[in-house]
Amino acid sequence: MTTLTPILSKNWDRSDSYTLDAYRADGGYEALRKALGMDPDAIVDTVKQSGLRGRGGAGFPTGMKWGFLPEDNPNPRYLVVNADEAEPGTCKDIPLMLANPHVLVEGVAISSYAIKSHQAFIYIRGEVLHVIRRLRNAINEAYEAGLLGKNILGSGYDLDVVVHTGAGAYICGEETALLDSLEGYRGWPRLKPPFPAVAGLYASPTVVNNVESIASVPSIVANGAEWFTSMGTEKSAGFGFFSLSGHVTNPGQYEAPLGITLRELLDMAGGIREGHTLKFWTPGGSSTPIFTDEHLDIPLDFESVGEAGSMLGTRALQIFDETTCVVRAVGRWIAFYAHESCGKCTPCREGNYWMVQVLDRLERGEGTEADIDKLLDICDNILGRAFCALGDGATSPVTSSIKYFRQEYIDHFEQGGCPFDHSRSTLWGDRALETGGNK
Amino acid sequence: MTVTSNTSGGAAPAPIPEDLVTVTIDGFRIQVPEGTLLIRAAELLGIQIPRFCEHPLLDPIGACRQCLVEIPDMGNGRGMPKPQASCTITVMEGMVVNTHLTSPVADKAQRGVMEFLLINHPLDCPVCDKGGECPLQNQAMSTGQGESQFLDVKRTWPKPISLSTQVLLDRERCIQCTRCTRFASEIAGDPLIELMERGAQEEIGIGENDSFDSYFSGNTVQICPVGALTGSAYRFRSRPFDLVSTPSICEHCAGGCAQRTDHRRGKVTRRLAGDDPEVNEEWNCDKGRWAFTYATQPDRLTRPLVRDEDSRALEFASWPEAVSIAAQGLSRARGRVGVLTGGRLTYEDAYAYAKFARVALDTNDVDMRARPHSEEEADFLAARVAGTPVDVDFTALEKAPAVLMAGFDPEDESPTVFLRLRKGYRKRGLKVFSVASHAALGLTKAGGTLVPTIPGDEARTLNHLETEHPESAEAIGREGAIIVVGERLGDVPGGLTAAMSLADRTGARLVWIPRRAGERGAIDAGALPGLLPGGRPVTDAEARTEVARSWNVGALPSTVGRDTAEIIRAAAAGELDALLIAGVELDDLPDPEAARQALARVPFIVSLELRASDVTDRADVALPVAAVAEKSGTFLDWEGRHRPFGNALQLPGVLSDLRVLSAIADAMDVHLGLPDADSAYRELLELGPWKGERVPAPVARPVDVPEPRAGQAVLSTWRQLLGTGRMEDGEPFLAGTARPARAYLSRTTADEVGVTDGASLRVTGARGSVTVPAIVIDIPDRVVWLPANAQGCDIRRDLGSHAGETVELATPTTDAGRQQ
Amino acid sequence: MNENNTSTGEGEQERFSDEVTARLEPDAKEIIARYPRARSALLPLLHLVQSEEGHVSQAGMRFCADQLDITLAAVKGVATFYTMYRRRPGGDYQVGVCTNTLCAVMGGDQIFSTLQEHLQLEENGETTEDGKVTLEHVECNAACDFAPVVMVNWEFFDNQTPEKAKQLVDDLRLGNDVAPTRGPSSLCTWKQASRVLAGFDDGRAGEGVQAGKPSLAGLELAQERNWSAPEPSATTDDQGEEGAK
Repeated sequence: MTTLTPILSKNWDRSDSYTLDAYRADGGYEALRKALGMDPDAIVDTVKQSGLRGRGGAGFPTGMKWGFLPEDNPNPRYLVVNADEAEPGTCKDIPLMLANPHVLVEGVAISSYAIKSHQAFIYIRGEVLHVIRRLRNAINEAYEAGLLGKNILGSGYDLDVVVHTGAGAYICGEETALLDSLEGYRGWPRLKPPFPAVAGLYASPTVVNNVESIASVPSIVANGAEWFTSMGTEKSAGFGFFSLSGHVTNPGQYEAPLGITLRELLDMAGGIREGHTLKFWTPGGSSTPIFTDEHLDIPLDFESVGEAGSMLGTRALQIFDETTCVVRAVGRWIAFYAHESCGKCTPCREGNYWMVQVLDRLERGEGTEADIDKLLDICDNILGRAFCALGDGATSPVTSSIKYFRQEYIDHFEQGGCPFDHSRSTLWGDRALETGGNK
Repeated sequence: MTVTSNTSGGAAPAPIPEDLVTVTIDGFRIQVPEGTLLIRAAELLGIQIPRFCEHPLLDPIGACRQCLVEIPDMGNGRGMPKPQASCTITVMEGMVVNTHLTSPVADKAQRGVMEFLLINHPLDCPVCDKGGECPLQNQAMSTGQGESQFLDVKRTWPKPISLSTQVLLDRERCIQCTRCTRFASEIAGDPLIELMERGAQEEIGIGENDSFDSYFSGNTVQICPVGALTGSAYRFRSRPFDLVSTPSICEHCAGGCAQRTDHRRGKVTRRLAGDDPEVNEEWNCDKGRWAFTYATQPDRLTRPLVRDEDSRALEFASWPEAVSIAAQGLSRARGRVGVLTGGRLTYEDAYAYAKFARVALDTNDVDMRARPHSEEEADFLAARVAGTPVDVDFTALEKAPAVLMAGFDPEDESPTVFLRLRKGYRKRGLKVFSVASHAALGLTKAGGTLVPTIPGDEARTLNHLETEHPESAEAIGREGAIIVVGERLGDVPGGLTAAMSLADRTGARLVWIPRRAGERGAIDAGALPGLLPGGRPVTDAEARTEVARSWNVGALPSTVGRDTAEIIRAAAAGELDALLIAGVELDDLPDPEAARQALARVPFIVSLELRASDVTDRADVALPVAAVAEKSGTFLDWEGRHRPFGNALQLPGVLSDLRVLSAIADAMDVHLGLPDADSAYRELLELGPWKGERVPAPVARPVDVPEPRAGQAVLSTWRQLLGTGRMEDGEPFLAGTARPARAYLSRTTADEVGVTDGASLRVTGARGSVTVPAIVIDIPDRVVWLPANAQGCDIRRDLGSHAGETVELATPTTDAGRQQ
Repeated sequence: MNENNTSTGEGEQERFSDEVTARLEPDAKEIIARYPRARSALLPLLHLVQSEEGHVSQAGMRFCADQLDITLAAVKGVATFYTMYRRRPGGDYQVGVCTNTLCAVMGGDQIFSTLQEHLQLEENGETTEDGKVTLEHVECNAACDFAPVVMVNWEFFDNQTPEKAKQLVDDLRLGNDVAPTRGPSSLCTWKQASRVLAGFDDGRAGEGVQAGKPSLAGLELAQERNWSAPEPSATTDDQGEEGAK
């Protein structure tokens, strides 16, 4: 049986967990001290050996990404942390930075040192005011304690960290769009190549990593690559947050080794809310094709989820029970993609605009069988044709929901409307009396 | 001889040069240079992959996704899992590519993208200006599907909106390809339009209370692959298939832009930039595109006019009568006639004047310079310009490591030169330096560096460049560096001398760029007092003999003639009996007042003109001539490149200057032998350039610049591209984008005068004053810059001042201020 | 800080007054100094001008353009790309109801329609007549385990119900103290929030809880069941071979 492995969330139960004192009381910044005594390349090797894969969804090996930085480029190097957590269902980096921003700051310091960068940016979405306060505060504390800035811990190593606040654009979670945004432009994904490692921020060598990836680095440096690989699977090493949300008894953050199953996680989270059954779920956010109760035992690692026809993504497990209308759910996700499409490429910009209207029609019961095929055709014309992965991602909920719930689409137009009572799916749907008691 | 890998011998097959790669597209193999984009390689095979955002002169972006192709083998045995945008992928050795012609996947992908593009497109082709020449329409026909599955609601907007007075936007037609915004930011350096909003709501827009006032904005209309951007002047005016197109050359500046003139029923409806990779690439400026209505203004001369001996009024006359009167008057004055030709004639027309002056009028008193000029300049042109082959060209500018400019603002005075400098800067790191009073907008956009100089002090700056601005001196010492001097430097004593000296010291090549389209041709045609055609000095007996032989005359006048200013002076002094004037605006002359007096004094004036003017008003005979679109001919651009053009409008009874002069000559019983432009061109070709000894380069000394007191300033000025010129008449949409009049001065100067940034400043010269907003910029103290030709600020006319002269600065009177 | 934010945008000033410009310029310079290249400062500068007027006005865009020496079009292109920049004056409190799929299903839709009716507002982004509350849809705000979520001036109000949400907006309009579920002990205004987003601390990082209950769900379960991450093995060789330094 897989058990939970609280590492990044280890100290969250301390009411002052976000302070430097609390973090240090638990051994915080010791990994930085150790790292500063190491050769930077040795840290890169350690991270490579750990098998840490990007926790932002794509799962690219972090150490390998670091290794792509060209040796001979005279420009300064930059570390950019992607804290633009906005994939629907994904809710791990935000509570992490609220409760334990120092683990990220320490990770930034170690990672920057490892890649020989002296300037790091944390690009955080703007819609999380208190998280921004906590993060900035942690950085201020770290500067004051000599953990950032000039001559960190007497090592001679200098590092500046700037928190850059976004302004509301999902696309900026895409690393090159993030860089354009950080440079003060509209967040449009860039052509690759060149990849950021070669020409990233200000056309200089740049590493862009997710918050959780960077926050995992101190523990890897402190405990070693073997410690990390002792968790998870061979190709999906280590631990990560599994974020359960929706119709589950105890939603929340569950830090566990990769490869845990939803069945195990649901057991820990008290199961589907009482009296209901699992209908569908996302393994890693709205851009990963949905699963159903057939998939409860699939190990949640990159390979297994991929083989089962979806993606591990950000381990954002949105759980929907039988009260949920899948057409409505998918329609809302596509409305999100249409709203957030950056508009650069035709398939994503126009395809989502179109699908919103078709899904809306279907949900109202005014669709036809042809509309379902039309959706699949539109998806076929978006997937692999869009400029960036976010365009491709928009097709996931549509194609996967039609795959598993085609009849439910048909039911809508056969019945001339949505067969579901949406009030039943609400948080208070099963306890209608309680809501009256709030006054 | 050393062996190189590229030499091939005898029967052995030529080895493949190392920088070529072999790709297979739709089963056809082709070798293309490394780094070639797939879409270009396919074009070389005649395979047209549909595209919208892609433009060969813009940076690849891969946004529209129309050009998707399948790549089963990247050249490494592995295929690409997804279709790839052929506009962003460069070829790789061994790559195998299947386009929509052979790949069902690529075909489906392209049809899918096309369907997407059309869902929000209004399909209002029948009323759209682009209909009939629209890439979206054409490619929807060639690679789209007949029926759309889209049954839903299209995005709509109220229409149209103005991006500027001359560029209009129909937002619902836009397909967000960003060609226009990329052109504005990459090519023109004027990011005044941007995409606004996001996703399907995206639209092209300008800033709040701003305007797309770029000198190059018309190019966005031309490259828009749909009918989203249209020009105010052409909107709803015509259908492309009703137009007759003629390749032509722009007559506005010395840039020699290739263009296309479209006309319908005897009237020019629009002009487009032509495609000439060696000259203007695919661009032109808005003046070249939109300023053509000057030829159809109500004051256009259509019939000859002759001054009635009794009433002294100009009366219509028949051609034979007018020509006969002109011939008689000129015959009487033979030997005492001055010829002013202006700088806007074709090579052939200028030659006709040059020949007419010598053969029919027996004088060297002919000068094409309707602008400030000097003896130093005349000698410089004779020594370094006239009859020389193309040396520094557009490509040389782009590829130079450094370009130093003096007396020249490329954006205002030669816009495509500016575009090349900016391209060189963006693509190759070209370093641009400008000897000028301040960093003009164009210099900034070309990434250039100012070599700050008080107007009139350019010669001293150039003479001391190594010590005073070592960075620029070092840069132009590099192989391939170029010194560009504008015609304005000729107005600075010692300026051209200093530039030649600097070129000699540094090894940089030197090129002279005039402002007007006809100057270089007129120089080579011999429309100067000291030069015969081909750069032959009139003082050289052998040169005269060569020309006389060609012209079938016994002898030619052998002394250097009067230049423009001397002709004016002589006429005013009663030393001339007649003037023959073509296309000259009196206010362009160095001393307009003196010119007016001269015209009042001289007994007989023949004017060959397009439209009524200060000169025709005073003429005894005014003969209408053809506008550029109404004749054929050749311009020599600043490079010296011959730019022949055909006759766009075949209008009966409209004669070129050359044909009118021929008629007058015939009536004078002088045989000019120039029945048409072709014969003139052939004659010039046969004469060829002068091979004998050239006039020695001038040696002129700089003079001291004035030292203005507080409240005074040295005037810096030049003509902006768009302003009050008569060749911009009749185009209000274009005029709406002209840069407004304003005065630049330093903080210190402003404080001395007591004017604040943005407030009104009165500048007074010899003749009068102008009041314009003062803008504080980085400029030497006690120097003020004003546009020479802006609406409400005409330096020559309103101030009567020249660059380098002292003007008075003051705030407008307090009373006037209160009244506002 | 209570001036009416709903004043009309018509006849908007083209530029800030000299007083406002002089006051904001040092802030702008400080923002610009954070970055190797000035243009990077555009997003925080737009937050800064929003902190002045509550929205990004014509004058605000002009200020940004002047500070960065870029065109007005460049500023507007960016200002209109990002949804956090208001285009017109709004309320002191922006109430954003997450109506992305999960929150919508969990009740966000009902909360939104309840508030719309309660506040008598029709369009998304409309402001109450008293200039207090602007109601709008927001996208997923990374608090799905607290669904349904309402954000007020970008502070978390977790596990909302229609009744709680009505109470919340009533309190906001009455000026009663309101504390986010996870955030400072009281709400700041929209303009104050914008200033924090521009990167100027308000000293309130230490207020409020460190984590909400769902954030602790896994940790508490692990503690209860004595689960933990593996100890580093003793044999893990010390990676810290003496650094080249």
